Amino acid sequence: MKRWGEKLVELILMVSGTVSIVAVILMTVFLFREASGLIGHSAVEDDMCVAVNRKNVVDKISAQELRQIFDKEVTKWSALGQTIKSEDEDSILLFRVDDIVQYYNEEQLGDSLQYVPKLVSALIDSLPGILAFIPEKYISDEFKGRKINVAPLSTREFIFGISWLPTAKPAAQFGVWPLILGTLWVSLIAILIALPVGISCAIYLSELADWRWRKIFKPLIDLLAGIPSVVYGFFGLVVIVPMIQNTFGLPVGETALAGSIVLAIMALPTIISIAEDALRSAPQAMKEASYALGANRWQTIYKVVLPYSLSGIAAAAILGIGRAIGETMAVLMVTGNAAVVPHSILEPVRTIPATIAAELGEAPQGGQHYKALFLLAVILFIITFVLNLTVDIISRRRNANKN
Amino acid sequence: MKRNYLFEILAFTIIRVLSAMVILVLLAILVFIIVRGASVISWEFLTEMPQEGMTKGGILPAIIGTLSLVAVSIVWAFPVGVMSAIFMNEYMQQGWYKRLIRMMTNNLAGIPSIVFGLFGMSLFVNDLKFGDSILAGSLTLGILTLPVIIRTTEEALVSVDQTFREASLALGATRLQTITKVILPSAIPNILTGLILSVGRVSGETAPILFTVAAYFLPKLPSSLFDQVMALPYHLYVITTSGTNIEESRPMAYGTALVLLIIVLSVNGLAYSVKYYYQKSTSKN
Repeated sequence: MKRWGEKLVELILMVSGTVSIVAVILMTVFLFREASGLIGHSAVEDDMCVAVNRKNVVDKISAQELRQIFDKEVTKWSALGQTIKSEDEDSILLFRVDDIVQYYNEEQLGDSLQYVPKLVSALIDSLPGILAFIPEKYISDEFKGRKINVAPLSTREFIFGISWLPTAKPAAQFGVWPLILGTLWVSLIAILIALPVGISCAIYLSELADWRWRKIFKPLIDLLAGIPSVVYGFFGLVVIVPMIQNTFGLPVGETALAGSIVLAIMALPTIISIAEDALRSAPQAMKEASYALGANRWQTIYKVVLPYSLSGIAAAAILGIGRAIGETMAVLMVTGNAAVVPHSILEPVRTIPATIAAELGEAPQGGQHYKALFLLAVILFIITFVLNLTVDIISRRRNANKN
Repeated sequence: MKRNYLFEILAFTIIRVLSAMVILVLLAILVFIIVRGASVISWEFLTEMPQEGMTKGGILPAIIGTLSLVAVSIVWAFPVGVMSAIFMNEYMQQGWYKRLIRMMTNNLAGIPSIVFGLFGMSLFVNDLKFGDSILAGSLTLGILTLPVIIRTTEEALVSVDQTFREASLALGATRLQTITKVILPSAIPNILTGLILSVGRVSGETAPILFTVAAYFLPKLPSSLFDQVMALPYHLYVITTSGTNIEESRPMAYGTALVLLIIVLSVNGLAYSVKYYYQKSTSKN
């Protein structure tokens, strides 16, 4: 009886032992499942389609071209690389289904709009330069126009596309390049600020500070690590943002720089504690050998301790970057959230996690926008996974070298 | 020789200045929020519902919401995390499987919190149909805090002397008896540190609860696990960025930030004092 009880407990322990693996696998499955079906799918809503006159030779159009036409940036078919003979066929006449009232009166449309499909069809047939954006259900056997395909979203377009307009009509634009750049800018500058400061602190803690200062310093760093990110964001918003606005005379203070400074403060505890561990692991014998050769303390730190712990410091930097890339709330509150390709650090930017946090609430579940946001989460997931694996490999190699 | 000496002085000065700067920044954040927030906090602030578009009144529902999220997520994540660590440390042999589990635990710790939020939303809120509820939010937060609990418990178990185990086994105790009667009692203080730290972590997280539980404005207290709640960190985010009247609700924001800070820091402080206290008492023996 007792043995069975013990076996049962061991079984429960074994099941709990796999909880991390189960969690990571579940996360992978669910994120990919929700994100699937965006790439390789046209950005036009399922029940809408694009049609042209039968004589028009265009048979395919990209989501971006569609947007340019709707924004009147492109007004000629020839601008899309088509050879059109006559002038009146060349200019694009945009037609949305609501525009039907400009061509026909209520009587012609019918009491319950039953004639609309036929009229739309006739209209498309009579106007050679037309580009019609109409519901899919209007396309029937008698339809006199020609339906054209909107090119599906490609991986290249998704990653390198420069416009993020997830709710644009008729075709949403899912170009994450500005978000990727925003994330990288903000996190890299944060690391550039945090790394020298963090390493200095680590050197101070491991080499210079006497035990009394250490005893005060260490818990303070732990305190810094414990402050919630939303409090950092709040502090950034009410202190750092106005400071940047005044210093540089900017119209708005919510910039990439503000985000970087807040992130730098937030990444410090991670960097300091890992770098300090790395510095401490330098063997005493090595330092003493250096002193015996007549080197002073700084030379010993610079020439012996730092090179010895370089891989540990690299791990600290990578983990710091990982934290900065994934940080959501603080960045969301201070960077201004403009989804455009940034040109300087004094402009508003938008990062991947901030985009998810800001937009998911308004994205209908299962729609294109929703999928695009989950795909962003997949990107984040993969980036942090790779960074963590790198740290894992580095620290394993360190341990192997030591033994 | 003299040049080297000057170099040393210069380098050490820079290091000391930068280190002092870090402390100053920390103190600046703390002092700023304490000074601005202290005048807002009153008994009414802590015990009343928010009023007039969250520009007046108190933050009671947010405090209760955060406490219930913490309680529910710890109730499931703490035992699971501790058992996971016990299995890894006491039952498993060194090998690829153990390395895999450890790697996954580290990975879980590095995944951005917003990704946890999305995962929780798709699994708990949508698939399991919990809706935006304390249950969905707590399950998400629990997963987020598992690595913290697993790691600290493992450290605590590793630090138990191997001879304790051998002595117990030599007396004829089973493995499970050894764990419950010998190892856990001597590891409990450090395990508690992990527990307290994860309480701090859970109460401050915003991103995972955005889409799993947090309510923008809900002036009533939760009555079941399937209720939506307000939460302190989300409340702070809302009244600083998207409240109906951002300027007028600023004092409320300072107050909320201070309450949140006090909860998180006192919890962390407790964790470290437990740790240092037991470190001291064990090193004496």
